[in-house]
Amino acid sequence: MSELPVPYRVIGRRDETPDTVTLRIEPAGEALGPFAPGQFAMVYAFGRGEIPVSVSALLPGGHLAHTVRRVGAVSQGLCAARPGSILGLRGPYGTGWDLGQALGQDVLVVAGGIGLAPLRPLIHAALADRKAYGRISVLIGARTPDDLIFKTESLLWPTAYTGVTVDRPDRGWTGEEGLVTRLIDRARFDPAGTTAYLCGPEPMIGATARELVHRGVPAARVRVSLERNMRCATGHCGHCQLGPLLLCRDGAVVGWDQAEPLMAVREL
Amino acid sequence: MAVTKHGEGTSRGKATARTEATARTEATAVIDRAGLDALIKTLTADGRTVIGPTVRDGAVTLAELDSADALPWGWGTELDAGHYRLVRRTDGAGFAHSSGPQSWKTFLHPQREKLWSAERGPDGALTVRDERGEQPSYAFLGVRPCDLRAIAIQDRVLAGGRFADDGYQERRRGALLIAAECTEPGATCFCVSMQGGPAADAGFDLALTEVISDLGHRFFVRVGSEEGARLLAAVPHEVADMDTEARARGGVSLARDRMGRAMPPVDLRTLLGASPESERWDDLASRCLTCGNCTMVCPTCFCTTTEEVTDLTGDHAERWQRWDSCFDLDFSYVHGGAVRTSARSRHRQWLTHKLSTWHDQFGSSGCVGCGRCVTWCPVGIDLTQEVAALAAEREGADDE
Ligand SMILES: Cc1cc2nc3c(=O)[nH]c(=O)nc-3n(C[C@H](O)[C@H](O)[C@H](O)COP(=O)(O)OP(=O)(O)OC[C@H]3O[C@@H](n4cnc5c(N)ncnc54)[C@H](O)[C@@H]3O)c2cc1C
Ligand code: SF4
Ligand code: SF4
Repeated sequence: MSELPVPYRVIGRRDETPDTVTLRIEPAGEALGPFAPGQFAMVYAFGRGEIPVSVSALLPGGHLAHTVRRVGAVSQGLCAARPGSILGLRGPYGTGWDLGQALGQDVLVVAGGIGLAPLRPLIHAALADRKAYGRISVLIGARTPDDLIFKTESLLWPTAYTGVTVDRPDRGWTGEEGLVTRLIDRARFDPAGTTAYLCGPEPMIGATARELVHRGVPAARVRVSLERNMRCATGHCGHCQLGPLLLCRDGAVVGWDQAEPLMAVREL
Repeated sequence: MAVTKHGEGTSRGKATARTEATARTEATAVIDRAGLDALIKTLTADGRTVIGPTVRDGAVTLAELDSADALPWGWGTELDAGHYRLVRRTDGAGFAHSSGPQSWKTFLHPQREKLWSAERGPDGALTVRDERGEQPSYAFLGVRPCDLRAIAIQDRVLAGGRFADDGYQERRRGALLIAAECTEPGATCFCVSMQGGPAADAGFDLALTEVISDLGHRFFVRVGSEEGARLLAAVPHEVADMDTEARARGGVSLARDRMGRAMPPVDLRTLLGASPESERWDDLASRCLTCGNCTMVCPTCFCTTTEEVTDLTGDHAERWQRWDSCFDLDFSYVHGGAVRTSARSRHRQWLTHKLSTWHDQFGSSGCVGCGRCVTWCPVGIDLTQEVAALAAEREGADDE
């Protein structure tokens, strides 16, 4: 590993769910090179450590958003940041979603839980240039209504279809119930002319990708974001290996044609 | 053997004459033990830290040398799977031992390294400082041909991609490599079957071949770089005579046929790539202790993890990097648990990475056949045998 973290200042903070926070940050000095949707930064919480976090929005002036779920020491540290707090960032790292692949095609975005965060800059980019694509659909799944992120914003996305479903509804929930794959029927897309972007827990990615390929979406056009332990993000620590891939370098976004045989091997 | 001191000009001149005479493209010479000592002294005087083999704690280890006296003269090694013992040699050879538990990665890619530190100011400001500082300028004496290849492999991993590990790169750029070709391969060595060999073919500044005969104890020297030529010119040396050269080349050539082990002659990349569900992994897992010794001694294993260290004030933090092992349960930890919990999956990861996916990631095999992992495995697991078993299982499956 070689790159040093550069300081970024927190200028905005929003609680998305009881355990998830979106931080808006600006460079406190020099900005990092431009991020593409789907790329990630190694984000440093002082005294706690560094973790990979995707960009959840690309904002004017080199500002970024990160959406972090509190699961352990470092993510807790990041979620505790307040406006004025300084974080350290390295990046950009990873392959990104590559929206270019979808030019002229229908775009299908499928997210599970916090997986919507890395997909949000992709959705923003596609919607900002709507004429370049066919129908844009966004399918969102979460465990419970409380786990839904970007709730208000997602209602306002001018997509062809935005669907939301939860596994375990609470009493006030009037929307869809069940796994996100159930929403595939609701979206209108031409499978052979569709590029899909998937992020969420591995079982959700697998089930969705298989279903889409079954319906005729070419496997290479089903782009999935995978997660492994990462210490360096520069291809030197060996932790993010998935068979032949170093996910920090060859991923984290890869085509399902590449991911499927690897994910089929237990404990790879 | 008479050794005369040459000025730089004359030695270059003679080396050139020799080169033309034998139509070889490389310069050669002969030095004796005193010449070797002068080599170490010259390197030290140049400000280099000279590292080479020496006997310590019952093994040939790599340590700083201040004179040729510290070399393991008269020591050999007796190796087997899970077995290592020093043995006395009557010929007084200094380079007739096999690899010890260490490799040059101890110096180029150290076990622990401070990467950077961070200060938090009263206003919360963050100042990050690179802590790698100036790196030592090493000279490695006695690098085996397998280890030359291992260094070239780590070069590709740590400095050959889009990002370079700055600390590694700087240490590597500053390092001078003096190879020692093998004339006494060990019982766990199998470099030849990994497309290597006991001869040093590239990547050295000087290559030595030890020759002991009634004509004396001497070293045939081949020059591999301008830096090597300058160094040779600065120490007492002679033009290489036919006898020394013939014995040197002959000894190395014989060693090629005396490898203690061999990797089965199969396409390793394909075999391992096709064997994730092999039953052999269960058998292997029943013996492997997942201690990670094999990864520590392997000269190409490069994996690291990071540690965050803070002081009592809480305003000063340090980022450290240290070796990690894919045999460690935490290695594959993601929120919710480790990906590779079984010994089966962790050993499979290691061996498949070494022999197969390393090609995909870094363009070559990750194994040079040095035999260290076989020697230093506490239960004597031998990857050449494991591969043979995987190949047999595959063949059986293909036959059905
Ligand atoms: C490419 C990529 C993008 C990611 N994007 C986001 C995001 O946008 N938002 C978000 O909330 N999370 C994201 N994650 C997951 C996030 O990195 C982990 O939740 C985080 O590392 C947990 O660290 P911790 O110290 O809080 O937890 P602990 O569970 O205490 O983790 C201990 C250590 O294990 C490692 N680790 C644990 N879980 C993971 C994991 N899932 N992935 C990688 N390393 C892990 C970390 O190095 C961590 O320091 C992403 C992961 C990857 C690989
Ligand atoms: S895998 Fe074993 S034999 Fe191969 S280079 Fe590593 S330690 Fe040497
Ligand atoms: S193969 Fe041997 S050295 Fe390697 S982890 Fe298993 S028991 Fe330890």
